[in-house]
Amino acid sequence: MLPERMLNIIAFLALPLVAVVAVVVDEPFTITLATRAAILALAAVGLNLALGLGGLVSLGHAVFFGLGGYAMGILASHAQSFTPLDLGFVMFDGTKSMPIIWLVAILVSALAALVIGLLALRTAGVYFIMITLAFGQMFYYFTISWPAYGGEDGLSIYVRNSFPGVNTLDPIQFFGLVFAVLAAVLWLMGRIETSPFGLAIGAARQNAVRVETVGLSPFRLRLVAFVISGAVTGLAGALFADLNRFISPTMFSWQMSGEFIVFIVLGGIGRLYGPVVGACLFVLLEHMLSGVSDFWLIYLGAVLLLVVLFARGGVIGALSKEGAAHD
Amino acid sequence: MTTLLLIEQVLNGLQSGIMLFLMAAGLTLIFGVMGLINLAHGSLYMIGAFAAAAVAAATGSFLLALFASLVAAAAAGVVIELAVIRRLYDRDHLDQVLATFALILILSEGTRWLFGSFPLYLDVPSVLAGPVTLPGGIAYPAYRLVIILVGLAVAAGLFLLIGRTRIGIQIRAGEADREMIAALGVNISALYTLVFALGAALAGLAGALVGAIQSVQVGMGEPVLILAFVVIVIGGIGSIKGALVGALLVGLTDTLGGVLLPLALGGIMDASSATSIGSAIASMLIYVLMAVVLIFRPTGLYGTA
Repeated sequence: MLPERMLNIIAFLALPLVAVVAVVVDEPFTITLATRAAILALAAVGLNLALGLGGLVSLGHAVFFGLGGYAMGILASHAQSFTPLDLGFVMFDGTKSMPIIWLVAILVSALAALVIGLLALRTAGVYFIMITLAFGQMFYYFTISWPAYGGEDGLSIYVRNSFPGVNTLDPIQFFGLVFAVLAAVLWLMGRIETSPFGLAIGAARQNAVRVETVGLSPFRLRLVAFVISGAVTGLAGALFADLNRFISPTMFSWQMSGEFIVFIVLGGIGRLYGPVVGACLFVLLEHMLSGVSDFWLIYLGAVLLLVVLFARGGVIGALSKEGAAHD
Repeated sequence: MTTLLLIEQVLNGLQSGIMLFLMAAGLTLIFGVMGLINLAHGSLYMIGAFAAAAVAAATGSFLLALFASLVAAAAAGVVIELAVIRRLYDRDHLDQVLATFALILILSEGTRWLFGSFPLYLDVPSVLAGPVTLPGGIAYPAYRLVIILVGLAVAAGLFLLIGRTRIGIQIRAGEADREMIAALGVNISALYTLVFALGAALAGLAGALVGAIQSVQVGMGEPVLILAFVVIVIGGIGSIKGALVGALLVGLTDTLGGVLLPLALGGIMDASSATSIGSAIASMLIYVLMAVVLIFRPTGLYGTA
């Protein structure tokens, strides 16, 4: 049994270690796999702020993931075709620059999270799960029946977008960039969790009435958490789109939202590194099981079921023997 | 836009609403009585459709196929309840969402393994294959009309079962206070298994009935599941009456929106963009409806907090 801090460090360093080893033995596919895991982890780290800390079971976080993806897809496709983006009242040029795309992805998904949060946070419990799911479906069906950016077929970007000083087409450099973003966000999340704001959100999850008595508004706390959470998942969406150089309505699908929750629970809910461990494990299982059988989702389902039924606290909880991090 | 077309679309909306009710009734019963969110309800719908298609292919009898769908879905429901679901009653919603999400993966892939990836087809019985002329000279497919009637009959039966029978009283009592009815000597775990099997059978029946209109394929349950959730959230979770009202609202909005919105937009913009924008908005309409209902009534139309 290892203390949790040790496990976190191991989990955090495992990804770059795998990527570096893959460079040495010249296995570019493994680097891509590690990049994929890091991006999915980032999306789940975003959700974990709402779900793990705030207790808000959002089954619609794919909205933000998809918005980030489409922010990238729309900007890059306009840059690719040299046509300005006409919003009716203003015209924009497209761009292939990652920092600008990230900023747009964060802003757009934060704005969407604000609107969705304002409406969805009026409800609680199972109604909240369902209304977030419904918002996800709204975006999913809208992109499917909206032909401008590929509709159901999705949209390809032929060349990965650029980042100053980095050759993004080189797998290991792109991995490095993604991992740096993940590390920065994890650091930020760690700070948020221990800040007065983070403590207040955690308290609102445990007992909203008491938080209200102290003079804080649980609604506003949850809304802010939801917006930050959505923005981080949106950033992950933009990176994911860049990894695949492809966007499609699948990014908005409710199965995507379900997978983010799976990462968190698999790794350990309410733990900073839970989503990272969960996402890595998921990508690893996906990769290994799909080699074993065409029907590997059966095994994945079985593993997941066993974790939910018998391993509360997820993998980190099971390994560190410290049980669930909270309630 | 003729009146005939409009009436036809209203009937289509009713038919899809009634089918949604069969799905939503099971979901809302299971949530109301046991407090359980079952994402795998759509898989039971799929199991019903596959059982019906397989039996119809083997025997050629549509009635046998319908019977098979009920039996297969109810049996699957019992197995799932005994093996997994009963461990989840005391868990929070998050665990329930995840475990039933895992069940979807297992059941979908299991079905793909058994039947392959290609869709199956279930034929409409030959007696019902043609159109029926309704009063007013509207020709409407007989099969769809029968679906509406069967669905209404099942709905009536369900209302009687819940409202008038001993089992129904126990179910409603279990919803109110499970310790109390357990103390009164009702075998609560058998009751739960029964309610789950009943919900499963209703979903299976809906799957078989719809399977003759659409193709029977893996994953067919998920879109319907989401619609059924929208229905019970609009109606108020736990309320059968809410499920019926919500199902009809969603069925009609979904069907009529797709036809009327492009036409309405055609008045203010050119035809091609009216069609694309109209259908894009129409596909979101029921979710907009749900959001609006929840904004004004956070626990749904007939829900209690």
